[in-house]
Amino acid sequence: MKITEEEVRYVADLSNLKLTGGEAARLRADLNGILEHIDKLNEADTSSVQPMAQVLFEAEETATLRADIPVAPLGNEAAMANAPRRGAGYFKVPKVIER
Amino acid sequence: MSSSATAAATPEALARYEPVIGLEVHVQLATATKIFCGCPTSFGAPPNTNVCPVCLGLPGALPVLSRKAVELAIRGALALHCRVRPHSRFARKNYFYPDLPKGYQISQYDEPLAEGGHVDIAVDGAARRIGVTRVHMEDDAGKSIHEGFADSDRYSYVDLNRCGTPLVEIVSEPDMRSSAEAYAYLTELKQALEFVAVSTCDMEKGHLRCDANVSVRLKGAEQFGTKAEVKNLNSFRFLKQALDYEIARQVALIESGGRVLQETRLYNPDTGETAAMRSKEHAHDYRYFPEPDLVPLRIGEKWLDEVKAAMPELPADKRARFIQEYGLREYDAHVLTATRSASEYYETAARVAGDSKTTANWVMGELMGLLKAEGKQIAESPVSAENLGDLVKRITAGELSGKLAKEIFARMFATGDAPAAIMEREGLKQISDAGELEGIIAEVLARNPSQVEQYRGGKTTVINFLVGQAMRATRGQADVAAVTALLKRKLRPEDTC
Repeated sequence: MKITEEEVRYVADLSNLKLTGGEAARLRADLNGILEHIDKLNEADTSSVQPMAQVLFEAEETATLRADIPVAPLGNEAAMANAPRRGAGYFKVPKVIER
Repeated sequence: MSSSATAAATPEALARYEPVIGLEVHVQLATATKIFCGCPTSFGAPPNTNVCPVCLGLPGALPVLSRKAVELAIRGALALHCRVRPHSRFARKNYFYPDLPKGYQISQYDEPLAEGGHVDIAVDGAARRIGVTRVHMEDDAGKSIHEGFADSDRYSYVDLNRCGTPLVEIVSEPDMRSSAEAYAYLTELKQALEFVAVSTCDMEKGHLRCDANVSVRLKGAEQFGTKAEVKNLNSFRFLKQALDYEIARQVALIESGGRVLQETRLYNPDTGETAAMRSKEHAHDYRYFPEPDLVPLRIGEKWLDEVKAAMPELPADKRARFIQEYGLREYDAHVLTATRSASEYYETAARVAGDSKTTANWVMGELMGLLKAEGKQIAESPVSAENLGDLVKRITAGELSGKLAKEIFARMFATGDAPAAIMEREGLKQISDAGELEGIIAEVLARNPSQVEQYRGGKTTVINFLVGQAMRATRGQADVAAVTALLKRKLRPEDTC
């Protein structure tokens, strides 16, 4: 196993998730499977391969950038449409206590 | 323990310690749109109106970086003498908070936009160079409101308009040794960024926000003490107050046998104190990783040169040019380049006036005096630079006396009108026409026969009284030199009147 249950609980805590004992064990197994798969990928020798972040090598370096021209935003009604709780134009969330 | 310590350190104790301060400054870039989407960045819009799927963090929405934001960030980096990296990339900084809908901030981590700059400051005549570690780009979070609504005891209200606003974070080296140096650093930084139009740096609108890392050590010690991070230093006054409080707190704590904890503290402007924030020990584990939705940022020579070419003059260069080109004294050049708007105002006015020194005197004297009295900035001046230049031009042409010009200027300041309009409306015009003056002088002489007698009897100083009478009769509008000359001629013994 590459990851301990303690590490799973730590990451869950950072993500504000509460896990039951069963969930922690299951997630540990799942995450472990993912990490083992990455190990498998790491077996390929890529030492002479440039990392490829995009397929526009021939384009200008600014080709992936946007012009500073405003686009009509969604507006309040559409933005709030799926909000579970709202008021005075705001999203309402359970009172936040600074962590 | 640390939070219960008071800031009561004796002056003797404070004198034995040396503060070590580094600043992290967040500056909002002056773009029309957000950093990764086309939503407007306008301030004061109704809540949750300037939002779209990208800045709301809706599933599947992808960021597209703004070219203008990159160019402004490069400008800022160059203004702080940083090296711009030809290759930088974005990273996700992961944390959970309701005003961060994506669940991460898009920032830069191991490969920031620029590194290795400096800001020169002077405190009490001592010049120092403060290192700038790095300048990186990131998006802003939204705003949470915890108070002020009927159900604020149960709910926090979230406005996401600010989400995605483009920022640069400027991290200094721990090079500052007093609150005064930190104050000077922030002042110089703000001035440089305003000059190159990277940001309007409007602190009331949150365009410039500052956190400080503060530690203290015994003078002469090599090692740094444990630092505390102080947040919420969003005005120059707060910065100084908070640092002075925090330095005294740490000294008192160490002197009383305690130790400083590495923690985040929030400055409270109402009490003038800093207090530890409730936070878990690992809350700072942001699990940075490269942002997979954005390609690395490449900035080649050609693009960099274009940005450099379009860059406005830096404050120090402008000061030197004002001394050289306009023949100003160093002090005057300093005052007139203190802000971008002051320097632009001056240059426009001087160009219209055609007399750089007289214009400098008027901008720094009359204009800045009245602005200060009303608590206004030069950008809010009711008198336009063109109109002030026009007034100065009329003075140097001899069309207006200094006294009359001041009177006209006061009315320009009150109404915003051009000098010509005021002179026309109020009949405030210098009278130098000989015919008109002769009539006035004849009247003055007729009304004051005894003074005329005295003058002719050899008491020539009485002419000042007669000049004064002529000026009064014209409400100060007569050309003094012309009046004096005419009077002298009229009072010659051979003349009769």
